[in-house]
Amino acid sequence: MRIALFITCFNDTMFPETGKAVVTVLERLGHQVEFPLGQTCCGQMHFNTGYRPEATPLVRNFTEVFAGYDAIVTPSASCAGMVREHHAVLAEESGEAALGRQVAAVAPRVHEFAELLVDVLGVTDVGAYFPHRVTYHPTCHSLRGLRLGDKPVRLLRAVRGIDLVELPAADSCCGFGGTFALKNAATSTAMLGDKIRNVAATGADVLCAADNSCLLHIGGGMSRLQTGIGTLHLAEILASTEGDAR
Amino acid sequence: MTARDTILGRIRDALVDVPADETPDDVPLPRAYHRSHADVDAPALFAERVADYRARVVEATADTARATIAELLAARSLRALVVPPGFPEDLVPDGAWRRRAEPLDVGELEAADGVLTTCAVGIAVTGTLVLDAGPGQGRRALTLLPDYHLCVVRADQIVGDVPDAIARLDPSRPLTFISGPSATSDIELDRVEGVHGPRTLEVLIVRPSQEHP
Amino acid sequence: MSDAGTNVVWLGSPTFPRAASAALANPQLRRNLRKATTTIRDKRLAATGELDDWEQLREAGAATKRRVLRHLDRYLLQLEESVTRAGGIVHWAADAAEANEIVAELVRATGSDEVVKVKSMATQEIGLNEALAEAGIRAYETDLAELIVQLRDDRPSHILVPAIHLGRAEIRETFVHEMAHWGRPAPEGLTDEPRALAAAARLHLREKFLRAKVAISGANFAVAETGTVGVVESEGNGRMCLTLPETLITVMGIEKVLPKWQDLEVFLQLLPRSSTGERMNPYTSTWTGTTPGDGPQTFHLVLLDNGRTATLADTTGRQALACIRCSACLNVCPVYERTGGHAYGSVYPGPIGAILTPQLVGVEHAETLPFASTLCGACYDACPVQINIPEVLTHLRAKAVAARRARRRTPSGEALAMKAATAILTSPGRLAAAQKAASLGGRAIARNGVIGPLPGPLRSWTDARDTPAPPRETFRSWWRRTRPQHPSGEQR
Repeated sequence: MRIALFITCFNDTMFPETGKAVVTVLERLGHQVEFPLGQTCCGQMHFNTGYRPEATPLVRNFTEVFAGYDAIVTPSASCAGMVREHHAVLAEESGEAALGRQVAAVAPRVHEFAELLVDVLGVTDVGAYFPHRVTYHPTCHSLRGLRLGDKPVRLLRAVRGIDLVELPAADSCCGFGGTFALKNAATSTAMLGDKIRNVAATGADVLCAADNSCLLHIGGGMSRLQTGIGTLHLAEILASTEGDAR
Repeated sequence: MTARDTILGRIRDALVDVPADETPDDVPLPRAYHRSHADVDAPALFAERVADYRARVVEATADTARATIAELLAARSLRALVVPPGFPEDLVPDGAWRRRAEPLDVGELEAADGVLTTCAVGIAVTGTLVLDAGPGQGRRALTLLPDYHLCVVRADQIVGDVPDAIARLDPSRPLTFISGPSATSDIELDRVEGVHGPRTLEVLIVRPSQEHP
Repeated sequence: MSDAGTNVVWLGSPTFPRAASAALANPQLRRNLRKATTTIRDKRLAATGELDDWEQLREAGAATKRRVLRHLDRYLLQLEESVTRAGGIVHWAADAAEANEIVAELVRATGSDEVVKVKSMATQEIGLNEALAEAGIRAYETDLAELIVQLRDDRPSHILVPAIHLGRAEIRETFVHEMAHWGRPAPEGLTDEPRALAAAARLHLREKFLRAKVAISGANFAVAETGTVGVVESEGNGRMCLTLPETLITVMGIEKVLPKWQDLEVFLQLLPRSSTGERMNPYTSTWTGTTPGDGPQTFHLVLLDNGRTATLADTTGRQALACIRCSACLNVCPVYERTGGHAYGSVYPGPIGAILTPQLVGVEHAETLPFASTLCGACYDACPVQINIPEVLTHLRAKAVAARRARRRTPSGEALAMKAATAILTSPGRLAAAQKAASLGGRAIARNGVIGPLPGPLRSWTDARDTPAPPRETFRSWWRRTRPQHPSGEQR
C-alpha cells in the first residue's frame, strides 16, 4: 500500500518526533511510507478563523501533492477532519469544479493515525512497550469530529507495560480551539485549569492524545504549574519498544 | 405594503435556492423511530412512570373504584370538591366535603380545595395524563385552581407512547398534558413540586372488574 | 424597513471576550453554573439514553424543520387560515417595533393596563415589556425565574433557567426587598429554601392570575394543518395565563410553525428530554383558536419576523431556525459553563445564541459571538434537531471577517498575518525558510528549552502556558537528511 504521510505544518515545525514515530510504527508493521515534500498545510487555521479565501490555495496544494496515494496518514485528528469535512466546502466556494473533483478523490483517503491502524490496516497491537502510567485525552476533533471512539484506547491497551488510567470528564474540551486560545484567552485558561486538575487527579506520568496542538496547550499549562506530567502523542507511545531508553 | 406582504416577500426571496416545483413532500422526512417504547403492560408502566413524578398512583377495578375514590378523598379532608359535568355519577362517593358543580366563577374555584375528574388519554412511557375538556373533565380552569386533583383513568384509555396518544387526540379541543404535579427547578436546579397548578396530583387507574383471557 | 432583527442584542454590551473575563472573575457565578449545568447535563443524558431510537427521532425532527423552512410561506398561510377558521386573529410583524405596537394596541383596546406573561423568548427578543411600559401597561412575568429576573431588574442568563446565575440567598434577598413594590410582599420570615421561595412566588402571583384580563405568551409550536398552538412548561403559570384571562395574545417567531398535528409525536419526545431531561414536562397546553366557555374568548396570534427571513436567506445559516429552544447546547457547552449567559450580550446565549444572534441582527453587530467557541462540537451532538452549530460558527466567522474587511480601509493585523501565512504555506520552500526562522527565534528567547511569559500579542498565550522551544530540525529536514534516496514528491 502506498501510504503518504501528511505531517501537518504544526507537527513539522514543533513536533518532528511525532512524524518520526508514525514512520517507525508503519515501517515496523511492514509498510512503506512516503513523504511528499511539496506538502505544507491543510488550511485549518485559516478556515476556523474565518479566512476562507486564504485557505483555498492550501486546498489546491494539498490535493495536488497527495493525489495518487492509496492512503494518506496524518498524526492530527483536527487536520484530518479539516481535509475530510471542509476541503469540499472550500472547493465549492471557490467555484472551481476541477478542484471539487480532486478533493472528492483525495479527501476520503485521508486517515488519522489511529484510524489508519485500526480501520485500514486492521491492527491494534503494534508491538509497543511503554512502562508508564498514561491517561488519554480524547480531543474534540478525534472524539466528536472523526468519531474515533475507543480506537486510540484499544491501541494503548495493547501496549505492553502500560498503566492506562481513565481521565475524569475526558470528553470536556481542553479550551485550546486554535485562535480561540488567543481571542478568548481568559475562557481558554479557565477550561485549561479544569483539564489540568482532572489530568493531575489520575496520577499519570504522561498525558496522551491524538492532537499535538491540544497537547501543546495542556502541556504548556502543566509545565507552568510544574505538575511534572509530560505529554506525548499517541504515535510516540506506539513507537516505543523495549529498546528505547525512555 | 402590509407586514404580511413584506414577510411573505422576504421569505420567497430568501428561498431562491428551493426549486419552484418542489413541494413539501419532496423534502424527505424519515420516520424510522418506534411507534412506542412501551414493551410491557401499558397500565403497569403508566403507574410506574406517573409515580416517578412523585404523584400518588392507586389501582382499582370497576367494582372497587368508588370505594377507593372515597378513601382517597376522605384522606384529604376537603372542604369543597369540584365535580365537572359528565363525571360518572356512580363513581362519586359521599363525603364530608361540599360538592361544587358548574357554573363556578374564579372565586368559587379558587375557594374549592379539590377536583375529581376523568381524562381523555394516559401515556404509559411518559407517565402523562391528557385532558381534553370532555365529559367528566370540565373546562381547563377546573383542574387548575383547586390545590388537589384526583384523576381517574380507565385502563383502556392508556396508550403506550406519545405517537399513539397524538393519533388518538382531537387537536381542535383544548388539551392539557399533565405529567406529575407542577414543578420548578428555577432555584439552583433544585426541584420543587407544586408551584401554580394543583400541588398534589393523585391518579386512580381503573381496570375492568373481570380479566377476560 | 430593514430586514434585520432589532432588540436582540443588549445595547452597550461589551464584546464577548471582555464580558467573559469579567464573568470568569466571579467564583460564586462559576460554582452556580458548574453545578447547574452538570446536573441538567446528567439528567438529559439519562432521559435521552432511555430511547434506543433517539437518533431516528433527531433525524425526523431535523427533517421536519427542513421541510418547514423550505416551504415557510406556504405553511404560514395555511396556519393563518386555520387559526382564523378556529376563531383566532392573526397579525404579522416584520420587526420588533411592529410587534410591540401591535401588542400594545391590542392590550389598550381591552381597556386593561396590565398583563400577565408566560415565559417567552420571542417577547424578550423584541423587548416587549419595556415597550408596554412606555405605553403605560405593566407586564408581570409569571415564570419563577423570569419573576426573579424582573424583580431584580436583571437580565436572563439561560434560555430555560433564566436565573441560573443566582443563588438561593440572592433570590431570597430579592423577594424580601422587591416583591412589595410589585404587589403582595414576601411572607414574614421567608427562608432561602427553594420550597419556601417557590411558595412565596405562588402567593405573590396568585392575585395577578385571578385579576388579569389579558395574557401574553410565546409558543413552542403552531400546527399549520389544524391551527393548534402549544406551550410547554413546568410550573403551571402557563396554564394560568392561557386559561384564566379573557384575552390571549401569543407572539411567535415565524419559524415555529409545524406542518401537521402528527409532528408533535416527535417534538413532544425531543423537547422535554433535551431541555429539562424529563420524559415529559409537567404541563403542555394546546389550543386551537377559541373554545366557547373555556379559556380566553379572544385569541390573537402575532407572527414575528425580526431578522428570521434574513437568516433564512443564508443556506448554511438557515438551520439555526430549526432551534426549538431546549437549551441542551448551553448545558453541554464548555464555554457557556464558564462564562454564563450574560457574556453573550443577547437574549440568546450559548452556542445557539452564538449562531442565531449574529444572524438575526447582522454579523457586524455581534461579531465576537461566532468566535466564542472552541468548535468542540458538544452542542451539535446534543442538539435534538441536529443543528450543525460548529459548521454555522465557521461560516459566520468568514462573514465576520468579510464584514470587517469591507469596513476597514487598511487590513487588520490579523488579516495581514493570515495573508502572510498563506503566502508561506503555499510554498514548501518558503515554509522551510519560515520554520528555520521560527526555530532560531524560538530557541533564542527560550530558557532551558522553554519559552516563558512574553509581552506583546502572544502574551495571552504565554501568560498561562510554557511553550517548548522549536526543535533545531523540522521533520522535513530530518526526512531529507536521512532518506535522500527515498521516492518522494518533488519540491517546488
